[in-house]
Amino acid sequence: MDFNYNLNHLKELEAESIFVLREVAAQFENPVLLFSGGKDSILVTYLAMKAFYPARIPFPLLHIDTGHNFQETIDYRDQLVERIGARLIVGSVQDAIDQGKVVEEKGYNASRNFLQTAVLLESLENGKYDAAIGGARRDEEKARAKERFFSHRDEFGQWDPKNQRPELWNLFNGKKQIGEHFRVFPISNWTELDVWQYLSIEGVELPNIYFAHEREVFERDGSLLAASEFIQRRPTEIPFTTTVRFRTIGDITCTGAVRSHASNLDEVIDEIATSRVTERGTRSDDKRSETAMEDRKKQGYF
Amino acid sequence: MDFKHSELLRFTTAGNVDDGKSTLIGRLLYDSKSIFEDQLEAVQKASERRGESEVNLALLTDGLKAEREQGITIDVAYRYFSTPKRKFIIADTPGHTQYTRNMVTGASTANVALILVDARTGVVEQTRRHSFIASLLQIPHLVVCINKMDLVDYSEEVYNNIKEEFEKFSYKLDVKDVHFIPISALKGDNIVDRSQNMPWYGGSTLLYYLENVHIGSDHNFIDARFPVQFVIRPNNDEFHDYRGYAGRVAAGILKKGDDVTLLPSGFTTKIAKIDSHAGEVAEAFPPMSVTVLLEDDYDLSRGDMIVRTHNQPTVGQDLEVMICWFNERPLQLNGKYAILHTTQQARCVVKDIRYRLDVNSLHRDVDDKNIRMNDIARIVLRTTKPLFFDPYRRNRNTGSIILVDEGTNETVAAGMII
Repeated sequence: MDFNYNLNHLKELEAESIFVLREVAAQFENPVLLFSGGKDSILVTYLAMKAFYPARIPFPLLHIDTGHNFQETIDYRDQLVERIGARLIVGSVQDAIDQGKVVEEKGYNASRNFLQTAVLLESLENGKYDAAIGGARRDEEKARAKERFFSHRDEFGQWDPKNQRPELWNLFNGKKQIGEHFRVFPISNWTELDVWQYLSIEGVELPNIYFAHEREVFERDGSLLAASEFIQRRPTEIPFTTTVRFRTIGDITCTGAVRSHASNLDEVIDEIATSRVTERGTRSDDKRSETAMEDRKKQGYF
Repeated sequence: MDFKHSELLRFTTAGNVDDGKSTLIGRLLYDSKSIFEDQLEAVQKASERRGESEVNLALLTDGLKAEREQGITIDVAYRYFSTPKRKFIIADTPGHTQYTRNMVTGASTANVALILVDARTGVVEQTRRHSFIASLLQIPHLVVCINKMDLVDYSEEVYNNIKEEFEKFSYKLDVKDVHFIPISALKGDNIVDRSQNMPWYGGSTLLYYLENVHIGSDHNFIDARFPVQFVIRPNNDEFHDYRGYAGRVAAGILKKGDDVTLLPSGFTTKIAKIDSHAGEVAEAFPPMSVTVLLEDDYDLSRGDMIVRTHNQPTVGQDLEVMICWFNERPLQLNGKYAILHTTQQARCVVKDIRYRLDVNSLHRDVDDKNIRMNDIARIVLRTTKPLFFDPYRRNRNTGSIILVDEGTNETVAAGMII
């Protein structure tokens, strides 16, 4: 027998993710795909297109919009939704603030990251979604390293890391009580490098802020932040223009840029392969405490 | 790096902090340059705060607050590193009370199990337990890492004695491929670089082994099995009559034109086409996710199975199963549970508890029918509808089940069909 029957690691990861996405469509009544405009949620959307081809993705996309966005991300989102014929739902943090449902943080380090959780949970409740698909990866952060593919949430949307369901073989237990939901992470086993390599091989188009461009930035705690009307600067924080790109894309107030001249996917891959800091090293929302991510996840952050 | 040809290898590590497991993982991550500066800095700071003089690499894997506070690992943690040849996924399982449950979980998808033995103490109860679970879960390759060789003067005699001792009990186990490597995770001997201290050892280093062990035949390529996961019907003008059966190949090789039988109906037809987003594919094999189209218009649904007509699984409602029990509430004889198998779901009743297996002595206790958390037992199940299954030894995908408590929805057991 000819044993040329093996997949390379990216094809194997792809097959696993497609299996998980199809499992969501089969096991849940009303799933939704959390779309942030970042490369990971772009990848999940792309894999979902493959999983259900030639049918359309059988669930809508949900964007939790902090109002503090990079315009490039919003443009990309709208074009993508149009192209693949998906339904887009937007949960607006600004609306929640205007309606007095949440109170905005004040000061130099003010961020809407924390408010996102409340708006996410409300959006899931309003839409009666029983599964929210996200692009989190286990290599990102130490609390996420313990996350399941199918992650059970109680009626308050909380995660109980000490009481997770064991997950064996390809058998995913999506059973739940009424009012509970699941978070599902199809790309759990991908690393940052895997994501970039795959996007490169598949020729997936990305928002241009992932590649080197000139931008007005300022320095804070060793990170470069975009000089934006949404971030209050201290008098000593003088903006300057330099060539940067973003390794992750989130809310503009907590996403740091890196100095880079990588202007295409191959150059980005070379840069990451030799990088000595993790991508979340540029995220100030993770630096608030040693267990910042775990604390937010328990409350319902994705 | 030629990432277009690199394979994926999943391995599990079992053992206590005392065995040097965290040090070993730390060493593999560090020497393969998979620990980043900000991670190392965070661990350094945390170690200092805890008043520890050296950087505690265990903090890299212990991510949750309770784990850091109590210095224990609660759950399976997944770690990633890669070399130019392969990408590795480590399922790092802890060694305390919930040990069996976690190791079974980590082992269920692993190609390789690393068993750590302290050179000073040799084969202990825990070594036997780890090895037994690896064989129960049919991990194809076992590597016995005899660690802390630096503390026994890198003695060949110590190594040989432990190897002999291990072989003496492992012949009773169902493991096909066992390797022994003398290492010092702390000093780096035989991890990435060949040890200068053990010239008597002619075998490979641990990393070399992990990069080169043949995993191409870990899947079953013989018995074609395709459980239907989801039915794709686009309902648009372009694909008006399209009806595709989406799923992951559980075993065997599927080709266009193959004679297939549909279960449970027993109808026969041929494979008309195997589809993917990128277009038609000539063949499908595990672990590919594809969409199969049939020549005749039968109405299959999730849980049905497409199999080769001349090679069919057992179709039945009575199962003999080895289980590992996961829940605080013990297994109930005559109790009813939901059962998940491939993409099928049914209910089942526990008809009999044959015996409880002592994982340390391998003794079969036919009188003790109290199956508690972390126990291994052989039981008999009767399902509400027929399942299409193979023995777990022959096929991990069509031979595995989980049991779910119908009241709490918790996964209460993992089972391997005999």
